[in-house]
Amino acid sequence: MSDTAIRIAGLGKQYRIGGPAGSYRTIRETLVGLPARPLRALRSRSNRAHTDESFWALRDLTFEIKRGEATGIIGRNGAGKSTLLKILSRITDPTTGYAEVHGRVGSLLEVGTGFHAELTGRENIFLNGAVLGMKRNEIKARFDEIVAFAEVEAFLDTPVKRYSSGMYMRLAFSVAAHLEPEILVVDEVLAVGDMEFQKRCLGRMSEVAGEGRTVLFVSHNMAAVTRLCRQAVLLDAGRISAIGAAPEIVGAYWQGEHTNAAERVWNHRAAAPGNDAVRLLGVRVVDENLNVYPVVDIRHPILVEMEYEVLEEGHILVPSFQFHTESGVCAFVVHEFNSKWRRTPRPRGRVRSLVEIPGNFLAEGIYSVTAVLGTYVPFSVHFYEEGVVIFQVKDSPDGDSARGDWAGPLAGVVRPVFPWRTYAENSRSGLGDAE
Amino acid sequence: MFEDAQRPATTSRSVGHPTPGTVVVRIAPRRGWVPLDLSALWQYRELLYFLAWRDIKVRYKQTALGAAWAILQPFLTMVVFTIFFGRLAHMPSDNIPYPIFSYAALVPWTFFANGVTFSSTSMVTNSNMISKVYFPRLIIPIAAVLSGLIDFVLAFVLLIGMMFYYGLAPTRAIVFLPLFLLLAIVAALGVSIWLAALNVEFRDVRYVVPFLIQIWLFATPIAYPTSLLHGIWSTAYGLNPMVGVVDGFRWALLGTKMTLSPAVAVSAIMSLLILVAGMYYFRRMEKSFADVI
Repeated sequence: MSDTAIRIAGLGKQYRIGGPAGSYRTIRETLVGLPARPLRALRSRSNRAHTDESFWALRDLTFEIKRGEATGIIGRNGAGKSTLLKILSRITDPTTGYAEVHGRVGSLLEVGTGFHAELTGRENIFLNGAVLGMKRNEIKARFDEIVAFAEVEAFLDTPVKRYSSGMYMRLAFSVAAHLEPEILVVDEVLAVGDMEFQKRCLGRMSEVAGEGRTVLFVSHNMAAVTRLCRQAVLLDAGRISAIGAAPEIVGAYWQGEHTNAAERVWNHRAAAPGNDAVRLLGVRVVDENLNVYPVVDIRHPILVEMEYEVLEEGHILVPSFQFHTESGVCAFVVHEFNSKWRRTPRPRGRVRSLVEIPGNFLAEGIYSVTAVLGTYVPFSVHFYEEGVVIFQVKDSPDGDSARGDWAGPLAGVVRPVFPWRTYAENSRSGLGDAE
Repeated sequence: MFEDAQRPATTSRSVGHPTPGTVVVRIAPRRGWVPLDLSALWQYRELLYFLAWRDIKVRYKQTALGAAWAILQPFLTMVVFTIFFGRLAHMPSDNIPYPIFSYAALVPWTFFANGVTFSSTSMVTNSNMISKVYFPRLIIPIAAVLSGLIDFVLAFVLLIGMMFYYGLAPTRAIVFLPLFLLLAIVAALGVSIWLAALNVEFRDVRYVVPFLIQIWLFATPIAYPTSLLHGIWSTAYGLNPMVGVVDGFRWALLGTKMTLSPAVAVSAIMSLLILVAGMYYFRRMEKSFADVI
C-alpha cells in the first residue's frame, strides 16, 4: 500500500478583493459595464495593478502527509489554514498546483452543517449524516451510538430549536464523530462548547487518530495539536514557514508570534479588557530591577506584573496568573492570597500586583501567562486574558542548576533545586553530604 | 461514506491506483466548461432525497393549514379564473367545463411556478452548506424542485375528484400522463438551475422571479386554450416549454382535441435544451460558488 495520504504540490489560491468581481454583482452593473468592457480591457493592460486587486491566500504549498499520520496545521488568523482545508475538502478550487488525496475524505469544517432548527433531533441526525456523506444504512447502524454519545435520548423527537446550545453542539458533534473516512479533515470545531464537551471532542479525535487514520487538524489550541498530532505545518501568509515534529513547530510558532511579547500594554481604556469596575492596563514579565525581561535565566526569579485601574470602589479583587507551557499544559496557577489587600476592597486608581516566581523553579521552555482578575463573593470575573504575555526560561550551562552536568533534553515542567543526601557506607570522610 | 471519492472528481483525473481499492482524487484548478458528471449526482442520490424531504417537512411544519396549501393554491386560482375568465369573459375552453379546464393546467403550472420560485433562491438559503461541505451542488436546486412533487400529488388527487364530479372519464391517452409530468419536471429543473446559478452572482434574480412567473402564467395556455392560436404560431408557441406540459395534461386527462401538435415536440426540445445548457452553465459557475456566496 502506498504510504502517501495527501500530496500537495505548488498549491495556491488567489482571491480577488474589492474590484469588479469582489462581491455580488447586480445585473445592472454588468449591463452597464458591457459597453465599457473593451475600454477597460485596454486600460487594464496598461495599468494592471488597479484592476487586478487580488491576494494569495495560499502560495506554493508543497508537502506530503503519510498514511495514518495526524498532522496539525497552525498559524495565525489569515495564514491560509482554512483555505487549505477548503481546498482539500473540495469546497473551493485551487488557483494553481494540485492536491492528490489518496482515500475517502471526510471533512468537518463545522459541526451541524445542514441542521435545521424546525426538525427534530432524530430527523437532523439523518439529514446531517447525509450531508456529511453517510449512507442511510450507515446512519441507521450507528444511530444508537450517536444518540448515546450526544446524551439526547429524551429529546430525540423535539425540534432542535428547543435544545440548549450545549445539547445542540453535542448532537452535532456526535453525528460528525461517527463519520469513518480514511482521511479526516477537521477545522477548529473544538473551539466551541464547554470544557467538558471540548474534552470529549478531543478524546474522540485522539481515538480516530489512534485508529491509524490520517487526520488533518487545524487549531489554535496548541495543546490539542501537540497532543493529537505527531507532525505540524506552520503557515504564515499563505506559505509554509516550518514543517516538522509538532512540539518543535508549535514552539517555533510561539516564538515567531511573540518576539518581545513579554509586555503588553493597553493605552485606551475602552479597548482594554475589563468592565465598569476595573480595566487591565498592562501585563509584563520583569526582573528584579523591573526591566522587561523576555528571556529569563533559570536561576533568577521572575516577576510577573499586572497593572490595572480600579474604576469603582468597594470591590474585593483577586488577581491571579496561570502559566502554560508551549504544549498547553498548565504548569501552575497562583492567586494573590498573602498580600495585605487580601479580602480588602481596593481603592480607586492604578494598582500594580506582582508575583515573584523564584529562580530554579520553572523548567526551561516557553511559557504563556494568562492574567485573571476576579471577585469571588459574589463571583465575577473582571477580565480573563489568555496568553497575554510570553517569556522564555533558559537553563544554565554552568552546571549549577537542577540539570547539573547533563546537557541533553530534560523532561518536566518544573526544575527545582532540591537538597540531596548521599551516604556512602565505605567512606570514612563522608564527602560532607551527611549531617 | 464519502461515496464521491469512490471515483475521481469530475475535473480531477485518476492518477494511477497505488493499490486496488484506494481512491485517488486529484484536486486541481478547473477552467472554463466542465463536464456534467451525472454519476456524482447519482452517488449523492440519498442526499438529494434527504434535502427534498427536509424541504417538504420544513415548508409545512409551521403553517396552520400545512399541506392543505398544496391544494388551496391551485384551487383558489382556479376559482378566480373561473369567475373572471370563464364566467365574465366567456373564455373558450375546448368544450370542457371551465373549472376543470383551468385546474388541469394549474396543477402542473403550480408545480412549475413553485419549483422555480423555491429553487431560484435555494443556493443562497443553503449557502452555509455550500461553504462547509462538498457535494455536487446541482443537488440543491434539484431537491428544491423535486420537493414540489408531494404538493403536485395532493393537488392531483383533487383533480381526479373533479373529474369524477364532472363525469369526465379519462381516455386511453392517460397512459402518456407520466411523460408530461416528466416534461414538467424537466422544464422546471431547467429554468430553476439557470436561476439558481444566476442568483449566486446576481442577487437581482430574487426580484425578477415573481415578475417572471407572473408573465409566464399568462404566456401559458392556462386561462385560455391553445386552440386560439393558428398555423405557424401554434407551433412557435411551443417555445414556451409549459405550453407542451399544459396541452399534454389536458390531452391526457380531459381528451381535448390536441393533434399532438408540433408544439409539444418543440416544448420537449426546448425543455431539454434549457436543462442541459443550464446544467453546463451551473457547472461552469459552480467553482466559484463557495467563494462568492
